[in-house]
Amino acid sequence: MDEKTIKENLEMMREVLISHVPFAKAIGMEILDANEGEAWIRVPYDEKLIGNPDTGVIHGGVITSALDNVSGVAVQLALPERMAIATLDLRIDYMKPATPHKDLTAHAQCYKVTRNIAFVRGTAYHSDIEDPIATCVGAFMLAANRAVISPDAIAKGLPKKEGI
Amino acid sequence: MELLKLARDSGEKVDLNALINAIPYAKFIGIEVDQKGTEITTVLRFDPKIIGNPILPALHGGVIGSFLETTAIIQLAYESGGEFLPKPIDITIDYLRSGRPQDTYARARITKHGRRVANVHVEAWQDEHTKPIAAAHGHFLLKPVDKSTPG
Repeated sequence: MDEKTIKENLEMMREVLISHVPFAKAIGMEILDANEGEAWIRVPYDEKLIGNPDTGVIHGGVITSALDNVSGVAVQLALPERMAIATLDLRIDYMKPATPHKDLTAHAQCYKVTRNIAFVRGTAYHSDIEDPIATCVGAFMLAANRAVISPDAIAKGLPKKEGI
Repeated sequence: MELLKLARDSGEKVDLNALINAIPYAKFIGIEVDQKGTEITTVLRFDPKIIGNPILPALHGGVIGSFLETTAIIQLAYESGGEFLPKPIDITIDYLRSGRPQDTYARARITKHGRRVANVHVEAWQDEHTKPIAAAHGHFLLKPVDKSTPG
């Protein structure tokens, strides 16, 4: 993928994979940067994301959501063309609690694509990726269904019913 | 946590809906608890904001993961009688079917309850219990490390 394609893809990712994903929007997720096969996103700290009311630490599920989402974006950026993908599995290791009032950053890299499967690893952190809050590994099924989130599909706005 | 401490001190089981309502994120994504005797089923109420793929449409994988993790924590808080919310150490989520835009249910089973760590298995389904949409297993830390004990 040349640089122009990556930049175009980045714009498309911003538009399609965040602003048209209701849950990503609901938690204020945004794409920070992207490259071929990798992406960085941010989830701003918010009181509604708290998992432990005693400490103000955000819920592990927020980290899961960020890692799942950024992994999906990394896979899309590793593929030669847009296609529907589905998460097969995701393993998350929690290394330390997130710090209250700090934004969450998540990075994922798709390090291998086969005919059917894409493999990803990712890290969630505040500002230093060497000091992780959590790491993940995941596998994604390629061409999982016909639900490609593309500008065209969104313009039509019609659900295309097709199971995994 | 005050709720858990109160329940422990009075020797009674914690009110699970009160517990859920005290966790902002669980409330935000729409988790409720349906308790019948000692059997706990959690419910993830459908809301358009928890959609991850608007074309299918399908629930966001992160929300399903959050739901499974919360179900495990609720089950542990209920059974272990501690005064701290259990903390996830690791969790592996298997996505089995896409989550359709409707209510989802989950149940957790504690596979092994150790002194400090518990292993929990959770399954989520929609219409039929025998057709799970996702499953997870993970380890949870039951109490903070006691710093007075060496090692």
